[in-house]
Amino acid sequence: MPRKVSLFVPCFVDQLLPEVAVDTVTVLRRIGWEVEFREAQTCCGQPAFNTGYWDDARPCAERFVRVFEGAEVIVCPSGSCTTMLRNFYPELLKESPMRSEALAMGQRTYELSEFLVKVAGVIDVGAVFPHTVTYHAACHGLRELHLQQEPLALLRAVQGLKLVEMARHEECCGFGGTFATKFADISSAMGQSKAENVVASGAEYVTAIDPSCLMHVQGMLEKNKFAAKAIHLASILASQGAGA
Amino acid sequence: MSAPATRVPPAEGASAHDHPQSANPETQFRHDAAVKSADLVHREIIRKNMESYDVGHMKGRSRFLDWEAAREACQAIKREAINHLDKYLLQFEENVTARGGHVFWAANSEEARKYIADLAVKHAVKTVVKSKSMVTEEIELSAALEKVGCTVWETDLGEYIVQLRHEPPYHIVTPAMHLNRTQIAELFRDKLGEPDLPEDPQKLVAAARRKLRKAFFAAEMGISGANFLVADVGAVAISTNEGNGRLTTSLPRIHVAVTGIEKVIPRLENLATLWPVLATSGTGQPVTTYGTLVGGARRAGEVDGPEEFHVVLVDNGRSSLLGHPEEREVLHCIRCGACLNICPVYRHIGGHTYGTTYPGPIGAVLTPHLRGRQFEHLSYATSLCGACTTVCPVKIDLHHHLLHNRRDFMKAGHGKTGERLQFRLWRAAMLNPKLYAMGGWLTRKGLRAIYGLGLSGSPFDPLRAWNRKRSTLPVARQSFREQWRKGLGNGR
Repeated sequence: MPRKVSLFVPCFVDQLLPEVAVDTVTVLRRIGWEVEFREAQTCCGQPAFNTGYWDDARPCAERFVRVFEGAEVIVCPSGSCTTMLRNFYPELLKESPMRSEALAMGQRTYELSEFLVKVAGVIDVGAVFPHTVTYHAACHGLRELHLQQEPLALLRAVQGLKLVEMARHEECCGFGGTFATKFADISSAMGQSKAENVVASGAEYVTAIDPSCLMHVQGMLEKNKFAAKAIHLASILASQGAGA
Repeated sequence: MSAPATRVPPAEGASAHDHPQSANPETQFRHDAAVKSADLVHREIIRKNMESYDVGHMKGRSRFLDWEAAREACQAIKREAINHLDKYLLQFEENVTARGGHVFWAANSEEARKYIADLAVKHAVKTVVKSKSMVTEEIELSAALEKVGCTVWETDLGEYIVQLRHEPPYHIVTPAMHLNRTQIAELFRDKLGEPDLPEDPQKLVAAARRKLRKAFFAAEMGISGANFLVADVGAVAISTNEGNGRLTTSLPRIHVAVTGIEKVIPRLENLATLWPVLATSGTGQPVTTYGTLVGGARRAGEVDGPEEFHVVLVDNGRSSLLGHPEEREVLHCIRCGACLNICPVYRHIGGHTYGTTYPGPIGAVLTPHLRGRQFEHLSYATSLCGACTTVCPVKIDLHHHLLHNRRDFMKAGHGKTGERLQFRLWRAAMLNPKLYAMGGWLTRKGLRAIYGLGLSGSPFDPLRAWNRKRSTLPVARQSFREQWRKGLGNGR
């Protein structure tokens, strides 16, 4: 049984929200897994894929598969980017000579909470987070990967954490990749509803397994000067003290 | 009796009464989406109506022993029908014709309109009553009938309300869901010549009924849609709740059923599966109040029914979709409206904003195929959240079709030049990790400088599209890979 994972750090996490990946490393190491990071990795190709530019996305995907060649387990702190690898690569690379490698790689790739619960077999990662938290079921994790019990189980095992449910927790926050800027008015109206639901739940923090959605929700919370904050699941799990 | 005013055709009528019209559907869409998504009164009405639907829908689904199995059964029926569309449509036609009915195959809106308008002229029709039909909206039938001198009455209450407001339907099942009872009372007082009407739903319905009954008795032609065309018995199946469907199809001398070719189903017994699933998905009801099967005109010895029965089968772009191997399942749609109701985009921008006959996720998938390139933006105006796919009673993979539409539009070269170039550059950077790391470093430096000067969201901000609607995007001082190199990789 390998005790080593290869980290897939989404490009925007690398550049904008590195703490999410740092916290992922902390959690993985704490439960006794060795972490490698292949610096040749860039983007999985999802922005181009979702916008319709499959010819631009395809070489990125092929390159991505080559970069992770030989990696036995790949872990990613994003439901959306994991979806790209596992669910969309087989379609994007349908006629590529790398299709079967891509398929196999998708099966070895796990979203963080999924990895912790299903592969590492851990629910209590030794986290302490004495705060009220509500869970937002981000779309790709929920509807493409069918993950929801995994992050909730991890949250319930965090010492001091009080989990509260918000209204419409399965409704999209409005991020949607390039949709967020192409149709910023609609995206932000949806984000506004999400932010209001977070506040109405009474939670201090809203968490999810997708950093991009959280970045959008945080932007809406802050714009409204709401006190609640968005925090990635990895950062809660990495926490061992009073706050994040 | 005040005649209803001319219907604004849906093509131009997105929200005709309160703001300027643009010739470009995308410009109009963006304008209306910005207005509606900021309209908190609208959001509250829709939220309330949708939440009561949500409760009914969930309750309705719980009546099924196995809702998933019911969906799969419906999907199988529609798949069989669409995969053998030629066979079942011809069987339907043969059965209708054998009983003396007429079937007209309309390749497009114009042919359908002309056939029905000619029929009205031939029979000197003055008054037409309509039961609910989205296909008649699609082909802009009412305007064509008014042109040949007919007065057209919408007899579904919701349709009647939006007709009085010179609006297209807001929703394919509940056309007036954007209005509350106060607005409807005001409308009726103003338009029905009953200035003392109270804001009481029963009294309002009775007022509409007084008008519509007279229209039913005066009408020479009744126009209905069809929820299903039953091939093996040659009958049109209609689900209604108000009884107007039966009056429309039985009182006037001529009954014309207008529908899309995709509505055919193989066998009568299929209705036992489809009718309850349609009703549950549409409104949460176990079945609708009335389920009507019409097989033809009145025969000797029968007490009621029309003298003539016509079915107009509208293609209007559907058969080209049939030739699309990935997307033909879009023709499975039974127009229940469930995908509209769950869609967070629909809930925020509302039905009129789409500027199409079919709004919401199904409209965003379908309209570019039916009406062409100028509606392609609708496939982008969605977050691809996938909620629609989870509720579709015939299991259409809606959000992946939106993704496929995007792929096909870009493949056809419909992308904007700037964007195409942007993705080319992006691709070059992503294929070269050094370029990626350096580009990222430079971009972060630049953005931090701009934000340091307080220029976030200003015209100098390259991320203005993001930042003008949200607080400033976080930009890390050090990327993860920089931190990894500086010690994180060694466990520090």
